[in-house]
Amino acid sequence: MPLFDEKKKKELGDIFKELENNVTIVYFTQEFECNTCKDTKTFLKEIAGLSDKINLDIYDFQKNSEKTKEYGIDKIPAIAILDSKNFDPGIRFYGIPAGYEINSFIKNLLEVSGKREALPENIKKRIDSIKKDIHIQVFVTLVCPYCPSAVMAAHRLALESDKIKADMVESSTFTHLALKYSVTGVPKIIINEKHDLVGAHPIDKFLHVIEKI
Amino acid sequence: MPLELNLNLASFTEKHRAVPLQPNTMCDVLILGGGPAALAAAVYCMRKGVKTGLISKDIGGQVIETAGIENYIGYKYIEGRELVDKFRDQVKQFEIGYSEGLKATSITSDSIKKVYLEDGNFYQAKALIIATGKSSRKLNVPGEKKLTGKGVAYCAICDAPLFAGKRVAVVGGGNSGIEAAIDLAKVAEYVTLIQFRDKLTGDKVLIDRLDIFNNVTILLEHEVLEINGTEDVESIVVQDRKSDEKKQIDAQGVFIEIGLIPNTDFVKGIVELNQYGEIKVDCACRTNVPGIFAAGDVTSVPFKQIIIAAGEGAKAALSACDYVLKV
Repeated sequence: MPLFDEKKKKELGDIFKELENNVTIVYFTQEFECNTCKDTKTFLKEIAGLSDKINLDIYDFQKNSEKTKEYGIDKIPAIAILDSKNFDPGIRFYGIPAGYEINSFIKNLLEVSGKREALPENIKKRIDSIKKDIHIQVFVTLVCPYCPSAVMAAHRLALESDKIKADMVESSTFTHLALKYSVTGVPKIIINEKHDLVGAHPIDKFLHVIEKI
Repeated sequence: MPLELNLNLASFTEKHRAVPLQPNTMCDVLILGGGPAALAAAVYCMRKGVKTGLISKDIGGQVIETAGIENYIGYKYIEGRELVDKFRDQVKQFEIGYSEGLKATSITSDSIKKVYLEDGNFYQAKALIIATGKSSRKLNVPGEKKLTGKGVAYCAICDAPLFAGKRVAVVGGGNSGIEAAIDLAKVAEYVTLIQFRDKLTGDKVLIDRLDIFNNVTILLEHEVLEINGTEDVESIVVQDRKSDEKKQIDAQGVFIEIGLIPNTDFVKGIVELNQYGEIKVDCACRTNVPGIFAAGDVTSVPFKQIIIAAGEGAKAALSACDYVLKV
């Protein structure tokens, strides 16, 4: 049974007409799939089927270990998005981007394809001044309406800077991580393991924390 | 298994013309807020052709946290976040200066009004519309501030899934508290509802719905004294107001639903407030300061409803535009 009904398929198809260049979704799962991995695979296959500009590569976490290492994947289900030149801007989704997170996922596909909203000049300057390696993890739940804006801000930062990598992490899929980082309110943003922000903060706040590291 | 997808279609298909609001800009009207009052005001100002800026900490305000709305005319039933999406998209179709995510920290009341934001930048306008709404009242007990985001929460809709199998407490016996208790009872191991008064003050429909759960205890006439935990919430201490007996309750989460307070700290001393801290306005949404207008839940308007806020926002915009065009 398809995940998207005809109406949704048409709506998504129309949105994907705005894709500028090709994008590739890279998906990591494994041979014996849990329900989440299976659902994510179906989800991604249907998404990729809605536009000629979206490609989908599926890898086995264990069997394709060179790819796992290349993309720095440490847990599954894991999704990366590459641009038309197969460049990896450092955007990851760990867990299925359903619920409200479908908006983050679709926005990222458009942005990586080249369709991006302008950023204010001062924000661009601050991003360019970042010289340290930054890893952002945004813990979400799929029923939280505030979470996508935090995910989109983190992923935009990853897109704009080679120094930044950003992950959406679905809290109920990775409960051990939610426990490790004491996630009791979402969105919870963890930067370089030690610094945290709770709530949907704009790019400005992310930069504020990053600049102090 | 059907996959739940909350796609905000309009955000991808509508032509958004909103532009980032640049610091130090001069507008005709600056609107502070992101709820229905602010967004309605924005639509009215843009249609009047005045140079408008909107500064909001979080678009959607209280509406985004509301599940089902059945009394916003035109919609028999609509989810809060869906209604917010519609408001936002209607505003963003205009070339309005848009700033999202930052709070205003102070304003001035000179003929050119200045608004300072938490990032240190300021913006100027001939007229201001304050529509900053209300936010959750805090308990103001030890441990609350330290453990906010670490077990102390104010939004059950967002955070309930994180407390699956855990023990939680809900403070507040009105509609918000009872709804939070219901959402949590579905997933949590145990829910303790703590009410200050001697009865629950929510609607009977909700009280009956809560009654169905057998993992809920309601403590009437109890007061929360402190929230304890080293890294995260571990327990709370409550006091029976009749017997003065103190009890410790194990809990890994505490949801505080005890009402709302107006977001007017940043305008204290500038505009006149009533005894509840709300901005006093007349029926044209004027405050005591010429050129400063206010609308919605942040004001003294007697009833706080989405449809009323939207109406007040429209009024404030028309008053502000009138003022700007005459100045």
